[in-house]
Amino acid sequence: MKQIPISLLTLVAGVVITLISIWVGQNHGLLPEQASEQAPLVDNLFNTMMIIATALFLVVEGALVAFMIMFRKREGDETDGEPIEGNLPLEAFWTAIPAIIVIGLGVYSVAVFQEMGGLNPGDHAVMAHGSPSTLVAQMPEGEPIAGDVMPLMAESEGTSSDEVRPYYGFGSPDQDQIKPADLVVNVTGMQYAWLFNYPGDNITTGELHVPVGRDVQLNLSAQDVIHSFWVPQFRLKQDAIPGLKTELRFVATKPGTYPVVCTELCGAYHGGMRSQVVVHPQEEFDQWLDENRVVAEQPVDSTVATNPADMSAIEFLAPVSQAMGIPTDALTHLHVAHDS
Amino acid sequence: MTQAEVPVGSQVYTEHHTTHKAWKWYDYFTFNIDHKVIGIQYLVTTFIFYLIGGLMAVAMRTELATPDPDFLDPNLYNAFLTNHGTIMIFMWIVPASIGGFGNYLVPLMIGARDMAFPKLNALAFWMVPPAGLLLMGSFFFGGAQAGWTSYPPLSEITANTAQSMWILSLVLAGTSSILGSVNFVVTLVKMRVPSQKWDQLPLFCWAIFATSILALVSTPVLAVGLGLLLFDINFGTAFFKPEAGGQVVMYQHLFWFYSHPAVYLMILPIFGIMSEVIPVHARKPIFGYKAIAYSSLAICLVGLFVWVHHMFTSGTPPWMRLFFTISTLIVAVPTGVKIFSWVATLWGGKIRYTSAMLFAIGLLIMFVLGGLSGVTLGTAPVDIHVHDTYYVVAHFHYVLFGGSVFGIYAGIYHWFPKMTGRMMNETLGRIHFALTLIGANLTFLPMHELGLKGMPRRVAMYDPQFAHINVICTIGAFILAFSTVPFIINAIWSWRYGKKAGGNPWNALTLEWTTDSPPIIENWEVLPVVTHGPYDYGMNGHSANGNGYGEAIPPEPSATR
Repeated sequence: MKQIPISLLTLVAGVVITLISIWVGQNHGLLPEQASEQAPLVDNLFNTMMIIATALFLVVEGALVAFMIMFRKREGDETDGEPIEGNLPLEAFWTAIPAIIVIGLGVYSVAVFQEMGGLNPGDHAVMAHGSPSTLVAQMPEGEPIAGDVMPLMAESEGTSSDEVRPYYGFGSPDQDQIKPADLVVNVTGMQYAWLFNYPGDNITTGELHVPVGRDVQLNLSAQDVIHSFWVPQFRLKQDAIPGLKTELRFVATKPGTYPVVCTELCGAYHGGMRSQVVVHPQEEFDQWLDENRVVAEQPVDSTVATNPADMSAIEFLAPVSQAMGIPTDALTHLHVAHDS
Repeated sequence: MTQAEVPVGSQVYTEHHTTHKAWKWYDYFTFNIDHKVIGIQYLVTTFIFYLIGGLMAVAMRTELATPDPDFLDPNLYNAFLTNHGTIMIFMWIVPASIGGFGNYLVPLMIGARDMAFPKLNALAFWMVPPAGLLLMGSFFFGGAQAGWTSYPPLSEITANTAQSMWILSLVLAGTSSILGSVNFVVTLVKMRVPSQKWDQLPLFCWAIFATSILALVSTPVLAVGLGLLLFDINFGTAFFKPEAGGQVVMYQHLFWFYSHPAVYLMILPIFGIMSEVIPVHARKPIFGYKAIAYSSLAICLVGLFVWVHHMFTSGTPPWMRLFFTISTLIVAVPTGVKIFSWVATLWGGKIRYTSAMLFAIGLLIMFVLGGLSGVTLGTAPVDIHVHDTYYVVAHFHYVLFGGSVFGIYAGIYHWFPKMTGRMMNETLGRIHFALTLIGANLTFLPMHELGLKGMPRRVAMYDPQFAHINVICTIGAFILAFSTVPFIINAIWSWRYGKKAGGNPWNALTLEWTTDSPPIIENWEVLPVVTHGPYDYGMNGHSANGNGYGEAIPPEPSATR
């Protein structure tokens, strides 16, 4: 070992660690499949961090284990180690390198966030008003307005009620050409179900159906407590908050059925608040719309409101546990029960 | 000793004869104003809470061994998860590391006879047991079920009495923390022996100093948030009720303004413990004393500006998501400086693998992973994917279990001889360490994958596709629970029958080792004089050669009584 220069050993170790890290970053297999336009962006960022993290992990833990072995106390040796108190160049180095790495990651994640549409939720409405840079105050329609809340975010002059848009969430990924979404779905979170309402077609369902490759906008709201809408395969999540409207825009890229998960603790049966999103090819989606319009036209006034306090948890959850395709009248039950 | 009798900044103390030099066992069960008694009261009380919180965790992991809610009623499950989090943070890690170690060690390390305000100190401790009892009592009213964050509106509509008890418990714990922090700041500024300069202060004291400042700035904000929540629940106000114009997101800002810095309240004292344990057992000066001291202050400062990363998926405007992405990432720099410094301290050392050192190195191993996953969570795009999933659970258990709990154990093994006068059994210590390390990794490592793949946290029932990984986690949790058994046996047995320790069994250089073990009442017959730095191992022949491992360095008499 003595004849090999230390710099050569370091170089070899560096190359090996780099190769291992890059391999791990590409092949960790920890993320679910990608099914939205945003997913590859997030995954690339995650994989980049995985490469850096693996390298740092190997370097730090490797040094740690090596030192543990090299510098263990030998039998009978009761002396102290060499008194090295510091090394300014070394300390400057290990302060500067992480600083550069995290600032680089910060810039990268800002770019990804922008590309995902994180920077312009709801501003397409403002665009119509001709001032894309104006921030819009979030004012829920038909509810008492907490106008003094978060004045930082509220530069509300020039906005009228018809163009009040959510300011929170993910908007159109397209920075320059902010255009209305192809499909708008109103999503309501309630204990313990998601309701999906297609406003143009008067359809309400318990699972989300969207066409592939189209720009979909979800307007999220919550009836009782905070819920959080997450599709792991889309890499997107947004809280549905009572009294606050939020938005999530995505383009699904792959037909299939994916889970919709509630990730914000919303009560005892929070874990049971699961639904799914079905991504259809366009024709199949049109067909689905047609079928459901017919169902929606049937009268629902035979519904009787019930008090959830009189129901057992099982009865209360029965509609939810049916998971797929909640019948409209059952939904009305839930609706009324929660309003009361 | 009353507060008035402590002449600040003087070596010479007023004559205060005590008839005995040690406390009796029953002194530990009373309102005692000796900082050492209070420190041990904190440690023992909080350890009991740790066991209670741990049992709750085991019950929850048993429930999660299968996808269906077949072991615990979902309401009870939520009460357990709420109280598990609350107990571990507010009743165990924070009071054990700041209250326990801080109280015991700070006066000893700065050559003081007690804290600046001994009665206030005792008062602060005696708020902890009632706070814990309030939490336990809440189970008779259904238990608070809204998670340790207790976001409204959920916290306003479930189990109101229990939720109110939860709030009052936290306000008590927070008040205790504020009183303790004031005490630490005054003690550290005013009570050091005159011969001790700031740059001779042990790093544990620097850490407690930074921690106390952080607690003083952030804790009142939590109290405000909780107070408003209490009014909403009980007195018909509508601060957080959206249907009456309230703002639910405002609570989250108030809550996280405290509760993110709370992470640093938990970890900074542990960093301090690491900086004491590693040099002693590696027989090396700490590498980069100033960098470690100042990075504590940097973490304290930057730590105040990162709270919104808990709210990236909430009602957070885009600029906030970006600002807090950057600020969160920046915290990694001072934290990294500490980690690198500790690793560098090992370089060229003569490492003794005592139980204390094993836990310190175990902490490094765990914390590096927790820190790296923390960086991924700091960036908004990735955080949005994994927020409120098991990935987050994995991350903070690596930081809080792998970081804080390992650190508390390291501290107990290190200072047990000082506190009790007896050594702990090393064999039992090693078994304890091995079980803890295996158990912790088995429990928390697979959770990263669970979260990334799509399992949300705080669920009593989950998608069956995650069942296999959950079984591994549950087995790990059982090992982790069992790992406390050798420790408890060791602590109790060694306290009574362990080998006598002597004043300085580790041959360490900080001031607490210059007095008897356990220290006499008022700590020293004659106050010590600082003649060397706290980490001068291998220098000036302090303990090298001749001065064997296991001998005490006699205090140098200079002050008179």
